[in-house]
Amino acid sequence: MSALPRADELGLIGCHVCGLVCRDGHVHDQACPRCGARLHRRKSASASRTWAWLITAFIFYLPANLLPIMRTVSLGDVDDNTILSGVVELWVKGSPDLAVIVFTASIVVPMLKFLVLGTLLVSVQRRSMWAQRQRTMLYRLVEFIGYWSMLDVFVVALLTALVRFNVLSQVEPLPGVVYFGLTVVATMFASMSFDPRLIWDSRDNDD
Amino acid sequence: MTEETNPAGDELPQPVVHRRRLGASLIWLVPILAAVVGLSLVVHSWMQAGPSITISFQSAEGLDAGKTTVKYKNVVIGKVTHIRLSPDRSQVLVKVALDKSAEGFARADTRFWVVRPRIGLGGVSGVDTLLSGAFIGADVGTSDETRYDFKGLENPPAVTYGAPGKSFVLHAEDLGSLDIGSPLYFRRVQVGRVASYELDKDGKGVTFTIFIDGPYDQFVTRSSRFWNASGLDVSLGANGLKVNTQSLATVLAGGVAFQDPAGPHDATPAQEGASYRLFDDKATAMAPPDGPPQYIRMRFDQSLRGLAVDAPVEFLGINIGRVVSITMDYDAKRESFPVTVGAVVYPQRLGRAYDKLVAQAQEQNGSPDLAPIMGKLVAHGLRAQARTGNLLTGQLYIAMDFLPKAPKVAFDPTVRPLQIPTAPGSFDKLQEQLAEIVDKVQKIPFDSIGKHLDQTLADLDGTLKQVNGQVLPEFKGTLKDARRTLGTTDNALSPDSPLQQNLQGTLQELQRMARSLRVFSDYLGTHPEALIRGRKSDPAPSKPPTEAQPSKQGSKP
Repeated sequence: MSALPRADELGLIGCHVCGLVCRDGHVHDQACPRCGARLHRRKSASASRTWAWLITAFIFYLPANLLPIMRTVSLGDVDDNTILSGVVELWVKGSPDLAVIVFTASIVVPMLKFLVLGTLLVSVQRRSMWAQRQRTMLYRLVEFIGYWSMLDVFVVALLTALVRFNVLSQVEPLPGVVYFGLTVVATMFASMSFDPRLIWDSRDNDD
Repeated sequence: MTEETNPAGDELPQPVVHRRRLGASLIWLVPILAAVVGLSLVVHSWMQAGPSITISFQSAEGLDAGKTTVKYKNVVIGKVTHIRLSPDRSQVLVKVALDKSAEGFARADTRFWVVRPRIGLGGVSGVDTLLSGAFIGADVGTSDETRYDFKGLENPPAVTYGAPGKSFVLHAEDLGSLDIGSPLYFRRVQVGRVASYELDKDGKGVTFTIFIDGPYDQFVTRSSRFWNASGLDVSLGANGLKVNTQSLATVLAGGVAFQDPAGPHDATPAQEGASYRLFDDKATAMAPPDGPPQYIRMRFDQSLRGLAVDAPVEFLGINIGRVVSITMDYDAKRESFPVTVGAVVYPQRLGRAYDKLVAQAQEQNGSPDLAPIMGKLVAHGLRAQARTGNLLTGQLYIAMDFLPKAPKVAFDPTVRPLQIPTAPGSFDKLQEQLAEIVDKVQKIPFDSIGKHLDQTLADLDGTLKQVNGQVLPEFKGTLKDARRTLGTTDNALSPDSPLQQNLQGTLQELQRMARSLRVFSDYLGTHPEALIRGRKSDPAPSKPPTEAQPSKQGSKP
């Protein structure tokens, strides 16, 4: 054992809440004797939970993109837009900057999350030792941008509340935005349930 | 803390073991739930999706893929998903995803058309599409045959399936100013419209399909007459100027009117699809049935300027037919150009007279042929004349009248068509008489009259000169004398003339004399004895009464 020792190898377990270090009983459902919080070396069933949330998010991501998210009624002209058609419309109608922002927030970010989390999960499960540090950084990135992926939902909510000129123009939310919101929530749960320590769990690489 | 200072020690606390609360595998319920939701969406949309149909139009104007809806009775039953050109680029193929509930619209005889705002002479429609954009209207058919390819109509159909009412067929010689959707009037109430029209197979007429809305369809009876109420019917014929119209809308957009003929008629409501003739105007439509036409021919020796094809043929003032041909002929024997006029007459228009004539012919000849009877009538003086129907326009019509003084002519009842002898028209006679008058006028010796008149005038001129030269100067002198006399008279009458003064003196004398005469008579009145005794000397004057008050008199000034 040339590597640096870990708590696991020393038979120790730390409480996440109060920081108390205990002996690891190597049984399930241990609790901190001081604060009563659950003790676990790694988040329990982290990989499968993350997978579950990720798959949920992906399932919701399909209707979120296929169904229209917003209905714009202006002077009797009804226009239903999906995320992608909205981006295209913004681009065509001369605001490419906005189109890029919406495209990034609504398409790139969720896709990126799927990709990153999927890669992390696969690599963790294969106990890969490839680019562990970079993968940890990727995870941090996913956690960080997770908060910003609700942009579309906010836009629709704001427009619905603000644009109410009856006949002149009106904006209504459509089911797609609900699925989009669910996707974002599910990806956030997925990234939350992922334990980045798993990345480092593969042996003989602690230098 | 001891634990911290001795991390590797054995006095580290043992964790408490709790009961297992939640199986980690339960988390898989979440994606399963999501999958169920997703699947239900898919199933729902699959269940919702009806047949996909393709409609071809001439133009995709106003249509928008993903936006334009298909509506039936203003209920959305589908949506346009794709618009593309047909392979030969002659048409636009519009792909429509119908709703599940609208499956029944994929029938062979369902019709589709684009509803756009239309502003026509007959009215304005589809105003709501101005803002919302065009949509595709649908009218579901009744066929059992399923179909997914349709040819879109360019105009909304005039009649929708299932609308209460009946369709009828009209035959006309031409389209006139009618069109699909032209209104149909019954007593000037719009009760239907023209649904379609097409040329007859032989090209000799136009067949209309009309639709009368319920409950007005019951007014169409077996004996109904239809006529074209289109436009402003201005006819300038031998009968004068005639303007006829059904309503202002028909003036511009055309229309058809119908009504039952006056008098007894078959009032049974007509069957669906019954066929009628479309008359050109109300008068011909309402006229009693004409019966079989007869062709007659007339030969006129005079000019027939003003006689036109379709000019009426009248028998004793009753219109019995019309002129159909006017041709010129050459008579080599007489070296003249007679005009042959062919006419179609409807003897049945004579009414009861016709019935009686037929009966008589039947009795005498055993056949209803009227030719022998015509012979008799001609012998009685029946002649055709070209008469002026309208002095203003000079239109001629053919009048058949009895002219007892007409010269006898031979009549051959076997010639077909019947030759009716003619007589010069009354206007022609008038012309002859006028010519005679002109002849007589021409015989008047205007030349010598003129010469005489000229001489007389010259004499008069001489006389006048004499008057001017001799009489007038003398007259002038006389006038001068007269003025002089008048001046003298004027002088004699002026106030300072001696005559006046003498007269005044004389008059004063006379006045004085009158006064003394009055004094004398007064005196005689009081002293009658003076006549005998003469006048007494005057008595002393009595004292004036004012003498008693001298102070008063003196104080006055």
